[in-house]
Amino acid sequence: MLKDITLGQYFPIDSILHRLDPRFKIIDTMLFIIMLFSGNHFWTLMIGAIFVIMAQLLSKVPLKMSWKSIRPILPVLAVTAILNLVFIDSGDLLFEWKFLKITQGGINTSIFMVCRIVLLIIGSSLLTYTTSPILLTDAIESLMSPLKKVNFPVHEMAMMMSIALRFIPTLLEETDKIMSAQKARGAMLDSGTLMERVKAMIPILIPLFVSAFRRAEELATAMECRCYRGGEGRTRLRQLKASGKDYISLMICLLFLITSAAVNIILS
Amino acid sequence: MENMIKAEHIIFRYATEEENAKPNEPILKDLSLEIQKGSFTAILGHNGSGKSTFAKHINAILIPESGKMFVEGLDTAEENLLFDIRQRAGMVFQNPDNQIVATVVEEDVAFAPENLGVPPEEIRQRVDDALKAVNMYEYRNHAPTQLSGGQKQRVAIAGVIAMQPDCIILDEPTAMLDPQGRQEVMHTIQKLNQEKNITIVLITHYMEEAALADRVVIIDNGHIVLDDTPKKVFSQVDQMKQLGLDVPQVTELAYELRKAGYSVSPEIITEEECLTALEALLKK
Repeated sequence: MLKDITLGQYFPIDSILHRLDPRFKIIDTMLFIIMLFSGNHFWTLMIGAIFVIMAQLLSKVPLKMSWKSIRPILPVLAVTAILNLVFIDSGDLLFEWKFLKITQGGINTSIFMVCRIVLLIIGSSLLTYTTSPILLTDAIESLMSPLKKVNFPVHEMAMMMSIALRFIPTLLEETDKIMSAQKARGAMLDSGTLMERVKAMIPILIPLFVSAFRRAEELATAMECRCYRGGEGRTRLRQLKASGKDYISLMICLLFLITSAAVNIILS
Repeated sequence: MENMIKAEHIIFRYATEEENAKPNEPILKDLSLEIQKGSFTAILGHNGSGKSTFAKHINAILIPESGKMFVEGLDTAEENLLFDIRQRAGMVFQNPDNQIVATVVEEDVAFAPENLGVPPEEIRQRVDDALKAVNMYEYRNHAPTQLSGGQKQRVAIAGVIAMQPDCIILDEPTAMLDPQGRQEVMHTIQKLNQEKNITIVLITHYMEEAALADRVVIIDNGHIVLDDTPKKVFSQVDQMKQLGLDVPQVTELAYELRKAGYSVSPEIITEEECLTALEALLKK
């Protein structure tokens, strides 16, 4: 059933990574991404791998979950590997057939690229595995708050994100109901050619949109009734508070980044 | 007793869509009503009678075209009093799904105090108190989608209580609920009225719910046609039927018995009263 689709990919257990301040987790993840992309050697990749393994162990998220996040990008990995293999022309020539040339440099680069992407996905999905969507929204709002100075609607963005999260399950449930209702009247949703199936979606989407707009209006009234007036002067129940372990996590990430940069410079 | 709500000769019509079209028929036609502090008033009326429109005037979602509406002496037409009025008179709507804002119960209850700029420690206190008042404290960390209709509606009520209002207006809060959910919500409303002395204005279609109030006001075609205690209102079975409204089933039973020539009191509105009356009748 549609209802069973998990919201985001939050994996609700308790670990030190789960307890970190989400703002720091976002910054840590960014530092990690910079580290991965600034390094050009297998050794920097090794440092990245150590980082990911460490984070994975600390998060207590089962490896199966990491596999789940990699599986959908397997085609991307395959394409990256093949393109690099075919188009990079450097180092010893290993194999030649008509216009196809495979070189040592090509093999090296494609392995390097695949490893880098795998590390990137595993590392950054740990952020969403260990942080609930609401906390992520809060953290994004807090990190982006300097943008308020240039009149960027930070609070409104965050509010929209959290309302969207709130309504995903409600609207999914509704879609389910509408689909059953249309099937009961003989709609063929699962058979026919692709065009026919796309057309069959229209009687589902239209009532869904109408209902979404009606919900939006009612929600807006209900929010006004509860004195909503935008982000100004608003306080929060849950305050994000940074503690020692958050700064330590930041230090560790910086340390990794510096080490990686140093290795990079020494080797080049 | 002091007035919580005072409506003076309210006239209201919805704006027409096109510019030059002739104005709509007014929904509220010279409606005046006073509701005392701490009272429990039920407002009845069939669809389109103007009862929901009236409710929306109480917390200044709608402003009267002419006439005045006061909430604790504050004029709803004054824009700078808007949030004072909304904080004093909270509103609960029919569909609980469309009034819950957050993905976690306690976050949702915190929404109103957050908007009011209450300090975080006090928000915590208010959220806990509000959730305990509606008996939903154990569910504070649940997602609203995991709850039943009655539970969601209680969370919505808690969201209003967290503003610490003096009055709660409920616009058909039980219309979308199953019998058990309806009972939970009604029980909560009565408890808030009796224990926290919150003024309740309940708009409903269910006569059994209206029978629990201290006062029943019937609006028809923008006017108040009946305004009395539930016993007095429901005893006028013929007039109720003329207005397109029902009476509680037990009242109807007593009415039919009376028509058949038995002597039964017309002022029967609860099952217990009906039971005693029937018992007395059978012993004769």
